[in-house]
Amino acid sequence: MAMTMTEKILARGAGRESVRPGDLLLAKVDFAMGHDLTIPPAGKIMREQMGAEKIWDPDRVAVTQDHFQPAKDAASATLGRLTREFSQQMGIKWYFEVGQGGICHTVLPEHGLVLPGELVVGADSHSCTYGALNNFATGIGSTDLACVMALGELWFRVPETLKFVYHNRLKEWVEAKDLILYVIGQIGVDGARSKAMEHTGEALKHIDMEARLTMTNMAIEAGAKNGIMEFDEVTKEYLDGRAKRPYTPVTSDPDAEYEKVFEFDVEKVELGVAKPMSPDNYAPLSEVAGTKLDQVFIGSCTNSRITDLRRAAAVLEGHKVAPGVRLIITPSSHQVAIQAEKEGLIGTFLAAGAAWTTATCGACLGGHMGVLGDGEVCLSTTNRNFPGRMGHPKAQVYLSNPAVAAASAVAGVITHPGEVLAKMPAGIR
Amino acid sequence: MTLPKTLRGRAWKFGQNIDTDQIIPAKYAVYSLDEKELGKHAMEGVPGRDTWASQVSEGDIMVAGPNFGCGSSREIAPVAIRGAGISLVIADSFARIFFRNAINMGYPILQSPQAAEAVEEGDELEVDLEEGIIRNFTKGDEYRCEAFPQFMTELLRMGGLVPWVRKQLEERRRMAAARG
Repeated sequence: MAMTMTEKILARGAGRESVRPGDLLLAKVDFAMGHDLTIPPAGKIMREQMGAEKIWDPDRVAVTQDHFQPAKDAASATLGRLTREFSQQMGIKWYFEVGQGGICHTVLPEHGLVLPGELVVGADSHSCTYGALNNFATGIGSTDLACVMALGELWFRVPETLKFVYHNRLKEWVEAKDLILYVIGQIGVDGARSKAMEHTGEALKHIDMEARLTMTNMAIEAGAKNGIMEFDEVTKEYLDGRAKRPYTPVTSDPDAEYEKVFEFDVEKVELGVAKPMSPDNYAPLSEVAGTKLDQVFIGSCTNSRITDLRRAAAVLEGHKVAPGVRLIITPSSHQVAIQAEKEGLIGTFLAAGAAWTTATCGACLGGHMGVLGDGEVCLSTTNRNFPGRMGHPKAQVYLSNPAVAAASAVAGVITHPGEVLAKMPAGIR
Repeated sequence: MTLPKTLRGRAWKFGQNIDTDQIIPAKYAVYSLDEKELGKHAMEGVPGRDTWASQVSEGDIMVAGPNFGCGSSREIAPVAIRGAGISLVIADSFARIFFRNAINMGYPILQSPQAAEAVEEGDELEVDLEEGIIRNFTKGDEYRCEAFPQFMTELLRMGGLVPWVRKQLEERRRMAAARG
């Protein structure tokens, strides 16, 4: 029977020839992830309530100290300690300490831990990020993670698949972030609820792996179970020398069934933002240009990888952050920070008057290092802007790509990057 | 811990796309292991509902619009609602991770667009969990719920994923012992 990529991966995990949307399965998991907010409850449930003494395969679990670490207060330090102790006691191979890892969704791909054809789960909603690498990856809760760590298996409902076909090429300045914000604006925050988003089309050939991760990262912002992409030269090149295990890519059958097919001419997509207070509140940049800002945040698992920082630095080079605005830049991993240092990007940020932090989820979820106050307005390269996400429920958060964020920090108001930098230098997409 | 056949309580009404950061702002994730403390701050992020938790009586029922619990995967969202004293959440529809988490915890949730549309705050409700019927004593109405797949209903009945995993582990230990 013809199947989509998502269906094939779930069928293999369940040891079945074929599956259909709506089937409930018990499937084997290839890789699992938890962090400082989700490992303490999962570890407690697994050991104290489920009665499991060890985890099914310590080589197939990653743990990051990223959300409230380095500890923002004494209670977070306790969560960090519980996470550390559990990882040591269970012998978890891929444990990433503060200062050596960073945000889970950047760390796992960059270490080649989540691979094509695999079934991956993470106790974090943005675990759907990994699907850009041609795997099925989805966010789960702590009881789910406890079950996976105890058994190596979990229950799944096979999702219906929505196919998104992208034609043509993105225009100058327009990024993968603008495209996914536009798509979510079209279908809404529950437009793909519990479904698979399969991204395809020739436009993706010109979108690099880091930008592809930005697109699958935001699948959850449309309510999707997973976001997934085909395996191609770009995927192969990214994984060469990086993949920690052999892998088998998966393709959708030509006659696979889709619940719906959406087609987009990406050349028509404009530079845009999601306005407060919802990720589906899309507006072209021209509509919000001139909006006065208190803070600009470049960070998160969505848009703070090295290519994102290169674009931000290109815009900031030789400029200063406008008076009255603060610019906070948080790399999404330690490796990203090392590379930024090598390329001189950190010097550019510091000279511009930006605050450069250690790698952490930090301000994105209103944790620390950039939490917003009552009525403050922030332009952020993150993924979510529901009320209170970055702090006070009355703070206003606009979501954008990193070049727009950098230009807006220089101008003090939401600004087109072309007004600060004539052209993005060759080689910096 | 198995579910009672019927639940009775007063309704609290919430709108659409209520995300997990509104249900329990992330800053309270430091109380991940303390259900009562989380309960004190439940729904605090919903504009105008910052003192809601203190008004809830044990056994009250929450009724919400579409896509309830969207956003983060943090299980503290259903935990906080349960910690506040809510016995059951009814919604037009649930975001998938909130849905999974509730079922895995053995915490009853029901999907009923009819009830989400008709129920008003303060209505007295009685819910028959086995029949999937919601009775509204204030309005004299009755609403149907959408049936969940059998596996999910079974998980809920047995008290969630914890007893299920315990059984699986016992089975595996028995098989390992039999192999010697």
